[in-house]
Amino acid sequence: MNAYEIVMKSREKGRPTAMQYIEKIVEGFIELHGDRRFADDAAVIGGVGFIEGKPVTVIGIEKGTDTKAKIEHNFGCAHPEGYRKAMRLMKEAEKFHRPVLCLVDTSGAYCGIGAEERGQSEAIANSIMEMIRLRTPTLSIIIGEGGSGGALGLSAADEVWITETATYSVISPEGCASILWKDSGKVAQACESLKLTANDLLALRAVEKVLPELQFSDEFFVGLKAEIAQFFAQKRGVAPDRLIEERYERFRKF
Amino acid sequence: MNFEDLKKFFFKKPKNALEGTDEAAPQEAPSTEAVIPEKLAEKCEKCGKIILSDEMRENCGVCPKCGYYKKLNARERIEICAEQFEELFGEETSENILDFPGYDEKLAALREKTGERDGAVCGRATIGGVECAVFSMDYRFMMGSMGHTVGEKITKTFEYATENRLPVVGFVLSGGARMQEGIVSLMQMAKTSAAVAKHSEAGLLYISVLTDPTTGGVSASFAFESDVIMAEKGALIGFAGPRVIEQTIRQKLPEGFQRAEFLQKKGFVDLIVERKEMKEKLASLLKIHCMEADA
Ligand SMILES: [Zn+2]
Repeated sequence: MNAYEIVMKSREKGRPTAMQYIEKIVEGFIELHGDRRFADDAAVIGGVGFIEGKPVTVIGIEKGTDTKAKIEHNFGCAHPEGYRKAMRLMKEAEKFHRPVLCLVDTSGAYCGIGAEERGQSEAIANSIMEMIRLRTPTLSIIIGEGGSGGALGLSAADEVWITETATYSVISPEGCASILWKDSGKVAQACESLKLTANDLLALRAVEKVLPELQFSDEFFVGLKAEIAQFFAQKRGVAPDRLIEERYERFRKF
Repeated sequence: MNFEDLKKFFFKKPKNALEGTDEAAPQEAPSTEAVIPEKLAEKCEKCGKIILSDEMRENCGVCPKCGYYKKLNARERIEICAEQFEELFGEETSENILDFPGYDEKLAALREKTGERDGAVCGRATIGGVECAVFSMDYRFMMGSMGHTVGEKITKTFEYATENRLPVVGFVLSGGARMQEGIVSLMQMAKTSAAVAKHSEAGLLYISVLTDPTTGGVSASFAFESDVIMAEKGALIGFAGPRVIEQTIRQKLPEGFQRAEFLQKKGFVDLIVERKEMKEKLASLLKIHCMEADA
């Protein structure tokens, strides 16, 4: 597959969304709602449960599967309250020394009047800053689209993994083609130039692991669950000071 | 990142002398170059009047006729706010990391034209007698977009300030991330944020000064992670650019939307300052924060 085909695949209908990952991976998930400031943003879902018997906080950006759900979840484009909800849940996880798993799938944070009025920039900025200093283990997995700051807001983690046909980019290829080249016909070229595929990202060390998707079969989820459990088990004994120092170095290298 | 588009959008707007500073960049008025001797006088980009350059400089780049805020480059901004400045990390530079088409040429041309290596100038300064670390972003370098060099210099500024126990004053100006550097550009948001957090945890002050424009990835990172957020009058500040929002919601945006005054009303800006009082306000804030309360 070339980069353009991968971009199309990352947005494909029928691709498992965050909620489906949670159903497959997390036992006894209890969803927790709201940012305690303004609203409950359905584009971001979050809650607590177990992975292989160990408590975990899970936060995902949910695109929705059918038309009704897509509208309800705003197509996975979060408002400021979505990032504030995520931050609140992360702080709660920190308090109880519980690891945090983020499932990222968004074309980007929402661009609209309400989002601006309620401080989209401030919300994302502080989500990054809080997450990068969180005194508990964190793992982000990009499962579809990793759209710019909206994805980074939930990806300032100890490690970032990506599934093999997911993408992570500073801008959408469409945006890049139209802004830089004023030519919407150059989208495929932008897909290549932005180096946004899983393998490009691995080479650039923006992700630690590329996960083979195995057509999103049960085998994929079973394997993923084991890998996540193993990752958190490894991190469990690490002192918080060391966690945040290692995280600092992870991002410092760029 | 989308400032070129923003500019096009604002060209269509009716002119209002009291409004922001988003008109054409100075280099886009070649017709006047022949008649005005360089550096002696210049044409106001808003009202079109010819102003003596000395007068414009003394007025901090504010048009004495119409009050228009001319954009200041990174060094001019430091000059009007600091009585002393010593540049640091000036050697920092980076090349076309992703081998992005056309980027080498663009960087070379901008370096030639501006004499700067990239879009940020950093160092140690004295403002109102208080020593601090500063960074200042440059509109001439792809509208202050943040790639590796800008992110690295700003990160180093915070690390230097943490080590030397200095406050940081940051003059922010950016259209967003530098898309030619792809994911590396996005990672600068995380890298700078981590350095800001560390500086903050050390109990040190950071004042961000948001100038026109502050949008995109920079606004969604260190612009809004400060203890005090100051904005220059009329500055455009937002996550998404107005044109992107209009395309998304398919309606016109209200007058004054995303201006500093709007953000203050919504609760996201501590204070708005006129350019001429910026130095004094910074000096006062630095003094208040850096004096031991029980001394
Ligand atoms: Zn004027």
